Amino acid sequence: MTSNYSKFEAVCRILEENNFDKSKLIPILQSVQGEYRYLSEEIMSFISSSLDMSPAIVYGVATFYSHFALKPKGKNIIKVCNGTACHVKKSTVIIDGIRKKLGLKENENTTKDMLFTIETVACLGACGLAPVVVINENIHGQMTIEKIVKLIDETMGD
Amino acid sequence: MGKYLTINGKKLEFTSERNLLEIIKKERIELPTFCYHSELSIHGSCRLCMIEIAGRGIMSACSTPPEPDMEIKTNTQRLIEIRKITIELLLADHDRECTMCAKSESCKLQSLARRLGIEEVRFKNIPRKESKDISTYALVRDNGKCVLCGDCVRFCDEIQSIGALGFAGRGSRAKICPAFERDLESSECVYCGQCSRVCPTGAILPKTEFREVWKALSDEKKKVIVAIAPAVRAAIGEVFGVSEENGTEIAGKIVTALRSMGFAKVFDISFTADMTIIEEANEFLERLEKSDNVPMFTSCCPAWVRFVEQYYPDFIKNISTCRSPQGMYGSIARRIMPEVLGISKEELVVVSVMPCTAKKYEARRSELAKDGVIDIDYVITTQELALMIEEAGLRFGDLEASAFDMPLGFKTGGGIIFGNSGGVTEAVLRNVMNANGDESEEFNFVRGENSVREAKLKVGARELKLAVVHGLKNARKVLRDIRADKKRYDFVEVMACPGGCIGGAGQPVYSDLAVRKKRSKVLYENDKIMELHKPQDNPYVQKIYKDYLEKPGSKKAHEYLHTSFKYRKRFKETLEIFKSHLEKSINVDVCVGNNCLRKGSKEILKHIIGDNKFKDNVNVEALICLEKCSNGPAVKINGKTFEHCTPDSVENAIKEELKKIKELA
Repeated sequence: MTSNYSKFEAVCRILEENNFDKSKLIPILQSVQGEYRYLSEEIMSFISSSLDMSPAIVYGVATFYSHFALKPKGKNIIKVCNGTACHVKKSTVIIDGIRKKLGLKENENTTKDMLFTIETVACLGACGLAPVVVINENIHGQMTIEKIVKLIDETMGD
Repeated sequence: MGKYLTINGKKLEFTSERNLLEIIKKERIELPTFCYHSELSIHGSCRLCMIEIAGRGIMSACSTPPEPDMEIKTNTQRLIEIRKITIELLLADHDRECTMCAKSESCKLQSLARRLGIEEVRFKNIPRKESKDISTYALVRDNGKCVLCGDCVRFCDEIQSIGALGFAGRGSRAKICPAFERDLESSECVYCGQCSRVCPTGAILPKTEFREVWKALSDEKKKVIVAIAPAVRAAIGEVFGVSEENGTEIAGKIVTALRSMGFAKVFDISFTADMTIIEEANEFLERLEKSDNVPMFTSCCPAWVRFVEQYYPDFIKNISTCRSPQGMYGSIARRIMPEVLGISKEELVVVSVMPCTAKKYEARRSELAKDGVIDIDYVITTQELALMIEEAGLRFGDLEASAFDMPLGFKTGGGIIFGNSGGVTEAVLRNVMNANGDESEEFNFVRGENSVREAKLKVGARELKLAVVHGLKNARKVLRDIRADKKRYDFVEVMACPGGCIGGAGQPVYSDLAVRKKRSKVLYENDKIMELHKPQDNPYVQKIYKDYLEKPGSKKAHEYLHTSFKYRKRFKETLEIFKSHLEKSINVDVCVGNNCLRKGSKEILKHIIGDNKFKDNVNVEALICLEKCSNGPAVKINGKTFEHCTPDSVENAIKEELKKIKELA
């Protein structure tokens, strides 16, 4: 037995709180993503129907902002900073290392077992610690391949 | 006192112009543009109409409102450089195989590159590679040719209120596509094709099928018959630089051209347009008498029909069940003509020439097929016909005119004006008013360009209210007003394309509204010089009725000339809310479409699942939608749909169903 009712109810509540107002599409999508962790096609269709707008517009907004995820994310989120300072400190090597460790193919950002999702962010404002990686809520500075592999192993063990 | 500004040193007065581009146009200067269309909102994305304003620098003319004393220059060295670089950048990721592009010679990008003297592109050519979207019968999308001007997106949204296309992604990954990057066939597209008309390049084009027609023509075992729609004669001359007051000479040249290509018979869709009027007027009077399903909507525009089927299922019963003139032609050509012409059914190939992309889809509607066989084999557009004429090497302007073949070549003026917005209504009035003793032949109040034209007419003791609408956004407004009881009509004509069929997407591409007005005038002038004006006077139509169809509205007429419509889902997704693991559980589908949701489908879901009334005995899905928008909330329980549901009524219905299952067990 599975039930998505509470989630569906939450989406309805979010729509009501925003008075079914088309101009509040972005806050609606943000709140819904907070509930589902990502925006599925079904939910975007439901939102577009409820707001009486074309799904192509909802999809356009959802794909414009990198904040919105259109695929389910893993249990753990690894954010690698690729801002100027981190980039200069070779963050791309770290990204490649993480992808290799997690066995991610090109265009893949989430592991098949749904344990990890890797994201790159533009700047975390911790340039002094470059290169920086954030795993879930914890910030790790002066990252190396060895350190990240160890961190991933530890997270897996949790 | 007037307001003045200067353009290239010349002092000019301006009044209510919306932007500088309009003023510059009046000065007979054609600035390059992609994203500017007088019918659409200002987008300002293509950055081609750049001008220099003293004290302000370089700005886009389309998005800058005029102010007094502006000093504007339109062609400085800096501007020339900027425009060149913009075009070069657009060309850098463009699929530049122009010789093999159907838009070649009418492509704006191509002509601007030539106008601005682009001799080399300084950037590396990295063409966008995406497979073409050929999912529909009507259109082909090729993102490799897209310049992201957004004209298609805005037309679909602002004029048609559909929004089948949108922007997705950003930056170098931005592109135009239907929702969720699906193909066009899975979107809400109604195939009007106006996106292809406003597309400056070959990114959206009408789908062609004239190659198959050539093949059929060269097959000795086949006899190919063809019919041309009224609007074709009003526009095809534009391709060959031939213009004429009333289109008869051009229609005659088309007949000659088609015969020379090898078509066995050349007919006129205006003939079946006459039939459509007779059948539709008869249906209208019947509905009025019974006060049944009034207002009656016209059914000749397939994009409009699909629009109702998709968005307003509760209005489907209001659409006239008459086939469109193309639909009637197909039926008569396929089922009656073999006997009349002495052609066997096996050798017959039926072709129609239409100003329209949606007609390609219409011909394949299963409702128009008999025993799985469609009536019309190929539908080609005016553009395709022009291509065939060019390909055959025919000098169109020099061709002699010849007459259409009988019987489907004879028409009245009523069938001719069908191609204009308002034409169907006028022709119906010529029939209906005539039956009531009014001999009028012209009803000028339905003509013109206004988006919604309303009229009141006395017919016997009754006052008829009519509306003529073009553009689907206008149609949506009319439907909403009818639904909200703000308006009452008896008869509503809708054409999806602005201007009606003459402005169809299969016609030679136009951007100047004057072109459309000229086409419209051609059809009205053609009507004037016709011998007969009222469809019911057409002797050949009378003969077909006498020989095959008895009388208008008869059982036979229904079999040959009528069709049916059905609800077409817009959304294919269902939200699984609750899944039971039991094998024998009841399926409960709750509609959460816009209307039902606001009338209480949420409370129903709460009652059934939130309160966990039925534990594992139910599978619950929320879906959009069950097409009962006026009678919501709607719930389907094991295949049976209930309307005006309340939490209690659904609970009881589920209990009933459970009881039944128990009894069976």
